[in-house]
Amino acid sequence: MTAFLRDLKTASLLTLLLALLLGGAYPLAVWAGAQLCFPRQANGSLIRDADGTVRGSTRLAQAFPGPAYFHPRPSAAGAGYDAANSGGSNLGPTSRALADRIASAVTAFRVENHLPPSAAVPADAVTASASGLDPHISPANAALQAARVAQARGLPLARIRAMIAAATEGPDLGCLGDPGVNVIRLNLSLDASPMLP
Amino acid sequence: MNAPLDWLQLALFCGVLLLLTKPLGLYLSQVLERGRTWLDPIVGPLERATYRLCGIEADREQDWFGYTISLLAFSLVGLVLTYLLLRGQGRLPLNPQHLPGLPPHLAFNTAVSFATNTNWQSYSGETTLSYFSQMVALTIHNFTSAAAGIAVAAALVRGLARHSVRTIGNFWADLVRVTYYVLAPLSVVLALFLVAQGTIQNFQPYVAVRPLAAGTAGAPKIAQGPMASQVAIKMLGTNGGGFTNANASHPYENPTPLSNLVQMLAIFALPSALTYYLGRVVKNQRHGWAVWAAMFLLFLAGVLVTWHAEAAGNPIHQRLGLVAADGNLEGKEVRFGIFNSALFATITTDASCGAVNAMHDSFTPLGGLVPLFNIETGEVIFGGVGAGLYGMLVFVVLAVFIAGLMVGRTPEYLGKKIEAYDVKLVMLVLMVLAATILGGTAWAARTDWGRAGLNNAGPHGFSEILYAYSSAVGNNGSAFAGLTASPADGDPHYDVTLALAMLVGRFLMIVPLLALAGNFAAKRLVPASAGTFRTEGPTFVVLLIGTVLLVGALTFLPALAVGPIVEHYLMGAGRLF
Repeated sequence: MTAFLRDLKTASLLTLLLALLLGGAYPLAVWAGAQLCFPRQANGSLIRDADGTVRGSTRLAQAFPGPAYFHPRPSAAGAGYDAANSGGSNLGPTSRALADRIASAVTAFRVENHLPPSAAVPADAVTASASGLDPHISPANAALQAARVAQARGLPLARIRAMIAAATEGPDLGCLGDPGVNVIRLNLSLDASPMLP
Repeated sequence: MNAPLDWLQLALFCGVLLLLTKPLGLYLSQVLERGRTWLDPIVGPLERATYRLCGIEADREQDWFGYTISLLAFSLVGLVLTYLLLRGQGRLPLNPQHLPGLPPHLAFNTAVSFATNTNWQSYSGETTLSYFSQMVALTIHNFTSAAAGIAVAAALVRGLARHSVRTIGNFWADLVRVTYYVLAPLSVVLALFLVAQGTIQNFQPYVAVRPLAAGTAGAPKIAQGPMASQVAIKMLGTNGGGFTNANASHPYENPTPLSNLVQMLAIFALPSALTYYLGRVVKNQRHGWAVWAAMFLLFLAGVLVTWHAEAAGNPIHQRLGLVAADGNLEGKEVRFGIFNSALFATITTDASCGAVNAMHDSFTPLGGLVPLFNIETGEVIFGGVGAGLYGMLVFVVLAVFIAGLMVGRTPEYLGKKIEAYDVKLVMLVLMVLAATILGGTAWAARTDWGRAGLNNAGPHGFSEILYAYSSAVGNNGSAFAGLTASPADGDPHYDVTLALAMLVGRFLMIVPLLALAGNFAAKRLVPASAGTFRTEGPTFVVLLIGTVLLVGALTFLPALAVGPIVEHYLMGAGRLF
């Protein structure tokens, strides 16, 4: 029993010391290094207006309604694209709710992009991502949305395709991961191009 | 889908893991066997100051009982501290969102979850926990529960290597040295690398956003916080508790395919290196590599099955008009794709990590079966830091015992006879864990509170419950995350039973194993003879893999049959629930 009490004392002292070192000094050291070397990333890769208003992050999807923007993947984060409540749908492979949701998303994707009713739809366009904040869509998905956006903005299709290519990221080191089109960067470049009158 | 590139990525991951094993294993040996390291000039003074301050006699070795008591005392203190910090969160600093204290059952579940290296998240990070809670209450456990796991593995390895003695090391010295020399320095480097890739590390309140598209409803906010420091140790310590609800699928927590590769390596690096440490300490490096090979082959088989199942996709969804070649992308991120999601899922459940870069709940039935089965083997495929090795050594003892029975000789392991007491301890561990998983699942599946938490109906709902108790007992922490363990009406059943399952999984494993370590340390050496079963080479690897699969399959196959296996056939038939 005395041995256990002595252990409890050692454990308490060590826990407090480690709380200071690992719960205090360690995150502060990383914070200092991060703010010094990589301030943009450490603060969320935020997009700001000229007046400093935060408009989003280049790494996090947000809702882009309407035909004139490329649409990100469906989101199950909060009420949709909630960057303070990330998450997926967690619906399983035999879920009726999931099958129904995918069926209506497939129809909507074909209608808004003027595709024939039999056209195969890229899976990423109609499935919710894991985080609900996936900033990427597949190149195939972007290609199918390009004509709609070009029409809505009165821009030549070739111009839109060049923007898609410029917003495509990956694979890292030439082999890691799948290539993805960053929807936020793509839509930012759209807004930076003047529409035809 | 680009299959050749995917194979290249698999080869790259395996190659780097293999290359890391020896140097990191040598370094671990220096740290655990009190040798010199190149960090001595910086860390040495801090280490000695720590011993002085806390009254630790680092050079006085403990017998197995003393070692166990120290470990239990340390775990108890950490658990109580975290419980109190979470309960009092509302009155503590660094809480810009003014989040209130956690209710008792959730605070208990979370404190147990982190103290046992499980890191099951009954809470949702960014809506429940303040920066102070994440940094202090949780991060210390990320370090110490991992260090304690490595300490237990080291104690068991010493017990196997020594003979005719009572002592197996000093718990406090093992804990402090692993934390100071291994986990903390590696975490600093990894955290800064992750920030360079895009992980955040700040103390700002959540940022209000004016959306880019005009006419978007609501006033969205972006969660912030000291994320990188916690993510680094969550991987290295095979903890897995995410800073955010979406864990390593969140674009801040795991921004790029490169950060993903490094995080996967961070999960496996120390467990893999510990097999080298085993070989070195028992002076039989080929035995260490044989254990590594058994782990590696089991890992490879798991990856290939999951990858194939997810790439094949879901025929129900494909009939709705999806491009079949895209595979099953529900609950996955585009930048990781099918392959890296399948690889990560296998790694995180082989190890007791439990971080996820894709939602396992939305995997195909067979793709989800592999993570579930990995956990149910006891996470011995590289496994948690320390926990993987000591779990695998249970199977090694069992395999040697079975081999001895087959040839009708007294089984010997590393020059020592395996006797009835050893086998009883090993079987105690295996049976208690299996009974807790299956018993907890059966209880929850038969009760209203158990079924109320489900997000899916039919066999998939049963899989959610089975996964929850497997993950808790296995101290994994990943989930079929649709299961709501902490419902809005405050029903505490899941929180409390899962917390108890985690305690059983951690301590009813560790205590018998330390007893085994003490018993082995006291044994006398018997000279090897022609009849000694050799614990190296292909025969041993095959026997070890067979033991792992046989115990896992016989114990859990019936439960898996009514969960993922039947769901696989129902999915093929197009049934929906």
